Amino acid sequence: MKFSENWLREWVNPEISTEELVAQVTMAGLEVDEVESVAEDFSGVVVGEILAAEKHPNADKLQVCRVSDGAEEYQVVCGAPNARAGIKIPFAKVGAVLGPDFKIKKAKLRQVESFGMLCAAAELGISDDNDGLLELSNEAPVGKDFRQYLDLDDSIIDVDLTPNRSDCLSIAGMAREVGVLNNTDLTPVDIAPSDVQIQDTFNVRVESSNACPRYVGRIIKGVNVASQTPLWMSEKLRRSGIRTIDPIVDITNYVMLELGQPMHAFDLANLNGSVVVRDAVADEKITLLDGQELTLRSDTLVIADEKGPLAVAGIMGGEFSGVNENTQDIFLESAFFAPIALAGKARSYGLHTDSSHRFERGVDATLQEKAIERATALIIEIAGGQVGPLTEVVSESYLPKANQVTLRRKKLDQYLAVSLEQSQVTEILTRLGMSLVEETDEAWTISAPSHRFDIEIEADLIEEVARIYGYDNLPSSMPTAAVNFKPVTETKTAIQSVRATLVANGYQEAVTYSFIDPALSKQFCPDIDPVPLANPISSDMGVMRPSLVPSLVKTYLYNQNRQQSRVRLFETGRRFIGRVSELDKLDQQERIAGLIAGSRAPEGWYHKNESVDFYDLKAHVEALFGLNQGRVPTFERADVVYLHPGRSARVLIDGKEVGVLGELHPRFAKELGINQAVYIFDLELDAVLSAQLPLYSAVSKFPEVRRDLALVVDRQTPVSAMESIVAKNAGEAFQKVAVFDVYQGQGIDESKKSVALGLTWQHPSHTLSDEEVNNTVDQIISALTEELGAVIRG
Amino acid sequence: MENLNQILANALEAVVASDSESALDEIRVKYLGKKGELTALLKQLGNVAPEDRPKFGQLVNEAKAQVQAKMNERKSALATAALDAKLASETIDISLTGKGQDIGGLHPVTRTMERIESFFKGIGFDVASGPEIEDDYHNFEALNIPAHHPARAMQDTFYFDPTTVLRTHTSPVQVRTMEQSQPPIRIICPGRVYRCDSDQTHTPMFHQVEGLLIDENISFADLKGILQEFLNAFFEDDLKTRFRPSYFPFTEPSIEVDIMRTNSKGEESWLEVLGCGMVHPKVLEMSGIDSEKYTGFAFGMGVERFAMLRYKVDDLRMFFENDLRFLTQFK
Repeated sequence: MKFSENWLREWVNPEISTEELVAQVTMAGLEVDEVESVAEDFSGVVVGEILAAEKHPNADKLQVCRVSDGAEEYQVVCGAPNARAGIKIPFAKVGAVLGPDFKIKKAKLRQVESFGMLCAAAELGISDDNDGLLELSNEAPVGKDFRQYLDLDDSIIDVDLTPNRSDCLSIAGMAREVGVLNNTDLTPVDIAPSDVQIQDTFNVRVESSNACPRYVGRIIKGVNVASQTPLWMSEKLRRSGIRTIDPIVDITNYVMLELGQPMHAFDLANLNGSVVVRDAVADEKITLLDGQELTLRSDTLVIADEKGPLAVAGIMGGEFSGVNENTQDIFLESAFFAPIALAGKARSYGLHTDSSHRFERGVDATLQEKAIERATALIIEIAGGQVGPLTEVVSESYLPKANQVTLRRKKLDQYLAVSLEQSQVTEILTRLGMSLVEETDEAWTISAPSHRFDIEIEADLIEEVARIYGYDNLPSSMPTAAVNFKPVTETKTAIQSVRATLVANGYQEAVTYSFIDPALSKQFCPDIDPVPLANPISSDMGVMRPSLVPSLVKTYLYNQNRQQSRVRLFETGRRFIGRVSELDKLDQQERIAGLIAGSRAPEGWYHKNESVDFYDLKAHVEALFGLNQGRVPTFERADVVYLHPGRSARVLIDGKEVGVLGELHPRFAKELGINQAVYIFDLELDAVLSAQLPLYSAVSKFPEVRRDLALVVDRQTPVSAMESIVAKNAGEAFQKVAVFDVYQGQGIDESKKSVALGLTWQHPSHTLSDEEVNNTVDQIISALTEELGAVIRG
Repeated sequence: MENLNQILANALEAVVASDSESALDEIRVKYLGKKGELTALLKQLGNVAPEDRPKFGQLVNEAKAQVQAKMNERKSALATAALDAKLASETIDISLTGKGQDIGGLHPVTRTMERIESFFKGIGFDVASGPEIEDDYHNFEALNIPAHHPARAMQDTFYFDPTTVLRTHTSPVQVRTMEQSQPPIRIICPGRVYRCDSDQTHTPMFHQVEGLLIDENISFADLKGILQEFLNAFFEDDLKTRFRPSYFPFTEPSIEVDIMRTNSKGEESWLEVLGCGMVHPKVLEMSGIDSEKYTGFAFGMGVERFAMLRYKVDDLRMFFENDLRFLTQFK
């Protein structure tokens, strides 16, 4: 809520500066967003009147004006298009100061002397309006100091009120709070019932009493809508960010700002039969004040007459029932709508008004009569008219009751870790307007004032006491807690180690959005219906990603387009597969995915910038599974739409697929504009994190024996098949087999390849003899020959 | 005798003048070999008077030993010089870079999140996580934010359907933890959260770390103590902070914590960094915790804001563009 500091000080005026006031309310939970001077710090400006304006002899766009300050006349050259005889304007006389380096001096403009300057609003820092002179009211007293005239030694304070403190959505409410904080009395406006001069009433029928427990209305006849809203009022409205429209609307807005009660004025001539407060009939239509037509739902409360809806209750009036330039008689409304009945309604129609803002959060349910009397008095004062009696329809049973809440000394002390004096607590509660129902050494029972309907439970009172006492004055300590031993399993690798392994391999971690373009999702995961957002931020962030891969590829592309050719990226995050209608089954699995492209090593003097290939990527994947003796995966040929069919693999643990790796399909790369081979892995994070305890086995004291074999097999034969045959036939002393060369080309049949294996044995209890090893090797060779057609390379 | 002295002097001179192992070998042959000059002297022993023979023999042997020692010395000097020359020829440019991988790096958000986690783990908090697509109950209802509560407008929510949302905070993880366990509860919940908002200072996805401590006799003072200590630890500074009343539906009292910042001109201003409060009794009760017996506090912070403050990043959106020129600054 934005308001004028001077207006607040009319209600409560503690002897503190603006800065102190702002700090004080902020620290009381009413956070001040901004404080802004109403005008720049200028001086020497008065209300002036242009007596005559003639074209400048030497310049097309300038005029030579004769300006009066009430005492003397001055010649002023002015470039504003709206400068003309008869208007009143801010007049900066010679000697006026408009800014730190802007002093008005006598000047000559194109050979014509000029004594002073006529000002636009922007030049005085009043608003951004720089389109010509600021035209003042005809009643403006010529010669009066301009700052005084508009009460410009004022600040606009913008308070960002939390939803629970709607009681402060008015000057009265803010004043109440400032009064509490400073222990200062208020000087509220006098509100007395207006004299009733006519007996005209208009029938009010409330059908939805629970939604509208109180409705107060009255007729005022013969108002002059052409009368001028007084400057003091229009300035206060302006400082609260509200435009002046006509005196009746301005007054209802003014009372809303002053007391917190939103009001509405109908043109009596446009009301038919009765005012009816009821639920809308589904698909009923209303054209709002702002011109838009709304199709109503039946859960919406309307103010209607016998013909149809006049206003959406508590939200916005209708175009055809409101006050207009021909209005003579009005029907004034001041109602209490239950917050629950209005909650979310404005938003559901895409609306948000000062009125809905207040009603949704809650308005003091005892305020309606007071507000209508205040508005009546102002209308009579400003626009004239004859006042009819009040009509009040009230359903006591639906009106909010004063909440009675008990605060226990024990709870207060425990919450705040300090024991405040009994009298101090009592004093804080009563200052806040709580009436003490009962007070003992152990507890206070209070009844909350009608404006503090947010006070419902003990914790609310604890907060109030703490808030007024000052959060910063409360003690601070470290909690003491039992020391508990936390189980830390060794069969799960910490995610930090996984990240560190990739980082050591040159990967940079990325964090990408969890929602992606549905087209991209379809391209990479054509068989998955991605989970769509109902209200995405934009269509290219429309669905939850079923895989991290599209995001990483996009990120690669982003960097490729910024001349980054060597890229290593990884990300951890969830993927989403399933339907929200079966939320329990929706797969939100954590994945880890990576992407590499470009040269194997950073560009350097020692290598030829050879590009990465499948096996670089595979080594990184194997390193992740190798952490803490993780499960050893097997790899099978994959059939993944976005991967190269000949250069991709499924990763399996115990026969269950836990991920894929491979080269991005060249067709994808081409379509996306990727200019080099890109390799990707995508794994289930939990599979990578699974670990095993290391188990010691005795280290042999006997020497190791090695034999190298070069075998020619079919090109299609996977080396892993050879390795497993070796392992099966190599006997108990077998240690490992290393593949130290794979060759295809000259000297070998085109359909064949040569594979060189290095086999190692070491027996735990004796030195292996040549004969033993040779026998085993013979056995391995015959098994390889028999099962794979392998031939020893000659 | 004279002959012996002359031969010895010649031999020693030759050794000193030698410049290779082969030259030394020639000297050895010439003087010490079977037909060498010194060896030859021994063969002339018959020509020496019998009483002088022992003496003469001893002198010749001494001369041989002297030559041998000199040769050993020279050989070693020559070897050292040869090695020095070889090493000199092997000199490389040590200013060239090493061979191998560049080290990569963590995303600043992860780095910050891990740093925050480490402080709380250090004082006995567990790390908890939960789903990002959440039901309305865990994201709102269980946190005392009923349907149409004005507080819902404080968080622009992404919806899938009227009862399924992208979590707007990691608080649902707290709810799930409370549902499944009894106090003492000490957890932090780091993770991705989502709000339907995108501009200079908002991204539709960001990260939070929330924390929850529930036990008997937990007070406002404990909350103040832990958060003050945390902020000092995180920023490695003795920060000026203020605890300001605020409002969250799930805490009562509710607090926002501001820290004092000084800009380059030396101007001071407060900046909000944390939201927190004593857990609302209704929230405890809804998740099956006795609010008479237990109290607790909860807090939440935006990881990006902490990362921005810590690493002086001035554009939030950089975090999610994943530009390598940005990311590699956080190695």
